[in-house]
Amino acid sequence: MTATSDREQMAYISSQAADARVNVELDTGDMTLNIGPQHPATHGTLRIACQLDGEQVIRAEPMMGYMHRGYEKLCEVRTYPQCTTLINRIDWLGSFANEVPFILAAERLMEVEAPPRAQWIRTILFELSRVANLALFLGDMGVQIGALTPVFFAFRDRERVLNQIEEVTGGRFHPNFDRIGGLKDDIPKGWIEETRSVMVKMRTFCDEMEDLLVGNEIFQARCRGVGVIPPEVALGYGLSGANLRASGVDWDLRRDANPGLAWDQIEWRVWTHPDGDSFARYWVRLQETREATHMVDQLLDGIPSGPIMAKVPRIIKVPAGEAYVSTENPLGEMGYYVVSKGDLGPFRVKIRTPSFNNISIVPWVMKGVYVPDVITILGSLYFILGDIDR
Amino acid sequence: MTDETPPEENVDVDEKREALLISFSEILGEDLVESHLRANEDLWLRIRSESWQDSTRAVQSAGFEYFGFLSAIDWEIAPEGRYEDTEFDGGLDEEDDEPVEIDSSTGYAGGESRFQILAQFYSLSQQVGVILKTDVGEDMTIDTIRDIFPGADWHERETYEMFGISFRGHPTLQPLYLPTEFEGHPLRKDFPLLARQVKPWPGVVDIEEIPEHLEAQLEAEVMAAFEANGGAS
Repeated sequence: MTATSDREQMAYISSQAADARVNVELDTGDMTLNIGPQHPATHGTLRIACQLDGEQVIRAEPMMGYMHRGYEKLCEVRTYPQCTTLINRIDWLGSFANEVPFILAAERLMEVEAPPRAQWIRTILFELSRVANLALFLGDMGVQIGALTPVFFAFRDRERVLNQIEEVTGGRFHPNFDRIGGLKDDIPKGWIEETRSVMVKMRTFCDEMEDLLVGNEIFQARCRGVGVIPPEVALGYGLSGANLRASGVDWDLRRDANPGLAWDQIEWRVWTHPDGDSFARYWVRLQETREATHMVDQLLDGIPSGPIMAKVPRIIKVPAGEAYVSTENPLGEMGYYVVSKGDLGPFRVKIRTPSFNNISIVPWVMKGVYVPDVITILGSLYFILGDIDR
Repeated sequence: MTDETPPEENVDVDEKREALLISFSEILGEDLVESHLRANEDLWLRIRSESWQDSTRAVQSAGFEYFGFLSAIDWEIAPEGRYEDTEFDGGLDEEDDEPVEIDSSTGYAGGESRFQILAQFYSLSQQVGVILKTDVGEDMTIDTIRDIFPGADWHERETYEMFGISFRGHPTLQPLYLPTEFEGHPLRKDFPLLARQVKPWPGVVDIEEIPEHLEAQLEAEVMAAFEANGGAS
């Protein structure tokens, strides 16, 4: 290379740099990008209006209501047993877990307690719906970052759990099985052994997910340090479940405020992660799924004998009063505030759903992130649209 | 977990809530209008509406840093809705006139207004929750608490559109779920549920009376099943 061409080269570079400067100084303006309503990351129809500056999100505003069904109003014109049909459809991936707090609230007002056998089977079905619900998340999170294989594994293995739920309740997604005072039916013959083998398979599935995603370099690069939520912010927004535990808050309603189910009779632990990022949320859910399979195993060993239904009148009238019961659902704290006036149906039901609070942090956590991270954060916060819109 | 036996725990929780009530009546002083305690279940506090914001802040600094939910109750008896179409409600049996003449009581910890705000907070250090209530005056306005608990933002927006209660100091009080052109506040008791007016509710059969001659037989069947299950594994 001669000196002249060197000079030429330098001139070329500086002219290019000048061009670039002009481009920077130009007012590019903000751009609004709509993510959703139909987007695989939204688990339903959620629209997120993102205001962008280049690749960076300045403001993200979730817009809901595409699926608002007015369940709080509808519950007011139904009898207590009829309400569970609606409640099944709130978080449709873990529907049995939805019924439990509502039934417990009604039982609390009626001062009825389900017999121990019913409580154990309730707990088993509750944990099974947790496994089914979280299994889908574990696979689906891969899709959000472009790995397609895990979700097929998830759908394959979740079906086994759903089959077990179906065998008892008769419904894959909407069991409508919990009754005030107990359960509709007992578990069928041979079910315990089948469930045990399914739990072994689910543990294998968890290991697969761990191999495929947790140890994966791309997954780590996309999730580590992305969407960090500090614990005090998480508490102020009312985040619950794995989202809160991934921020290092050691709080699980199953352990700390057990409303009477069999969780206090078995050995298990609460998993937390100090990081508070997307990766931590995935990791905590993975551990929880595995823990839940162990819990089911223990519960299957110890089902007490006895009736599955307490003596309750056929026409259920709930005495006047108010009760708030919440449980640790797959998505977080699910609670029902039931106001009764001694009638056949509730006077007012406030449904406190986990996803509503979990997703209300989106405007906070999305500030300043890059567009591709919007999807991973949404995926890792894990919400079900029916759970937001009710 | 396993090392705690339920009876011990029950006694413990009861004391916990009573101690909590005493400490709250000290902290809140005049602002605490009324309270209600259901042993081992929950604690209700009714706050003067003027001091809603201050009391919430006091509750937060008392260790209740987890925001559960915020909503409202409309205590008016629905002129339409439940009692209008269900003849069964009125005539199920003798005592059933009672719900129609209805107790106009306003729940635990009382209340003087038609609308009440309701919020739940939880303390992780004490593992106990508290439910705060406040009356909403004629002007249908209450101070916002979104600056204290950011999670209240959306809950207040939802309450605003569903009940028509506005929150003083809330910057983005827009509908959350409903379309912008929607009129009315659906969760108010006087908002008619159109579906029920268009066609009768088929679900009423569910609460039909059992014919008298079948009642004894049914009872026996239920009891038999009950006994049979008692021996099952």
